[in-house]
Amino acid sequence: MDVGRMFGEGAPPLWSGGPTPGGLYSFPGTNNKQHEAKTHTMYPSTSGTSVVGLVYDGGVMVGADTLGSYGSLARFRNVERTFKVTDKAVLTCSGDIADYQFIREVIEQKVRDDEICGFTPVLNAGALHCWLTRVLYNRRSRFDPLWLECVVAGLKDDKPFLGYVDKIGTAFEAQEVATGFGMHMAIPMIREAREKKGKLSRDEARKLLVDCLKVLYYRDCRAHFKYQVADVTAEGVKFENDLDLKPETSWSIANFVRGYE
Amino acid sequence: MSLAVMDGADYMRDPRKHHFHPYADNGGTSVAIAGDDFVMIASDTRLTRGFNILSRDQGKVLGLTPKTMMASSGCWADVLTLKKVLNARLTMYSHEHHDVMSTTAVAQLLSTMLYWRRFFPYYVSNILAGIDEEGKGVVYHYDPVGHMEKLAFSATGASVAQIQPLLDNQLGALNMKDVTPPTITKELARQLIHDAFVSAAERDINTGDGILIHTITKDGTTDEKVKLRRD
Repeated sequence: MDVGRMFGEGAPPLWSGGPTPGGLYSFPGTNNKQHEAKTHTMYPSTSGTSVVGLVYDGGVMVGADTLGSYGSLARFRNVERTFKVTDKAVLTCSGDIADYQFIREVIEQKVRDDEICGFTPVLNAGALHCWLTRVLYNRRSRFDPLWLECVVAGLKDDKPFLGYVDKIGTAFEAQEVATGFGMHMAIPMIREAREKKGKLSRDEARKLLVDCLKVLYYRDCRAHFKYQVADVTAEGVKFENDLDLKPETSWSIANFVRGYE
Repeated sequence: MSLAVMDGADYMRDPRKHHFHPYADNGGTSVAIAGDDFVMIASDTRLTRGFNILSRDQGKVLGLTPKTMMASSGCWADVLTLKKVLNARLTMYSHEHHDVMSTTAVAQLLSTMLYWRRFFPYYVSNILAGIDEEGKGVVYHYDPVGHMEKLAFSATGASVAQIQPLLDNQLGALNMKDVTPPTITKELARQLIHDAFVSAAERDINTGDGILIHTITKDGTTDEKVKLRRD
């Protein structure tokens, strides 16, 4: 839109030397190189912290807190980072929340398209994991990544499936998977329990998962006490929302910490 | 690219502090040894990222055709993509030619595919092992941009510096006086692979957990799983 031709030829321009509606304006005093090459934001803004997932005898369970952090500010305390894709797949993401919401909408449309086109096999966790790996890898190859660490949980060939996908497209399948701080704190806890007990029942798995989230709440600065758990079995997907760690945790030990008063 | 620093606004400051590295090193080591009528290719099963172990059970060897196998390690994201694209090319070839690709053809194809990405490489170390048209075992070693070398034995990946010298000495009789290279039998190859990985696992954090050894002959392939230290 040319400011000079807004009211036809011959009419004087509304203003000169200033911003053009719809165009990029160079503010005086800044380096012009800002407008040379297109650059993408290379850091997450509102982000989610750890996700923890584990396979047990009969299904797979994933847990994540519901905090959207804005750097060190606990800004959005009710962000559900887990969503049910189909009866056979659940996706939980850590990393940038905006990227998670974007990919969630793409996947939701994908599921709708499958239904409309009469594609009867329901999108399973293995297929979702594979597709997501390709999408994230191709975005990183364009240097415009979706800043996510995803956990895909569900069923593949009617067997419990748990997979991890990174923002650069690193993907693998394992019996226990966690992102962020969970990888440092929760994974060793789950691996140890599995080595001791061998098979984990549903109740044992749930208790272990909550223990992991509790440890993360105590030790991760960007964690929160509200969380949700998703459980996928052959019967389908079960969500538990608005769970609270606060009653089971205690900060009374803080009184004994010396040196940080 | 330096920008004038304006008070406060984060987006006005030098964006160079925010980096995005498209690569990661996910560890993994592979070894391949060729004999007169067989070839053995093995890899460890550990997938790492820094000091984290992502998986203790991730094999790195992919069967491409009944006579060819490929082991890849390095950036796991690139490994997965390379394997997918290579498999697609192999399928396309077999549809067009109504025949499976020969080992030498696959070797050349892989080299070309890697060089095609010369200016944004697949950060992958590859070894290709198979039975050639004359029925002999053959090993090809690659660098990340497609340089290809046909060898009798080779190691690649995180522990290449620990394993390759051992193979050079034991199989190639290198740096020894008055010693002839041994005939490579399946037993010798298997023993050497086992010992090489056990030693590498002692000294390299990126190698461990287990070895998957595959043997290819004209009659087919066999697998063997061996445990390694998990620390």
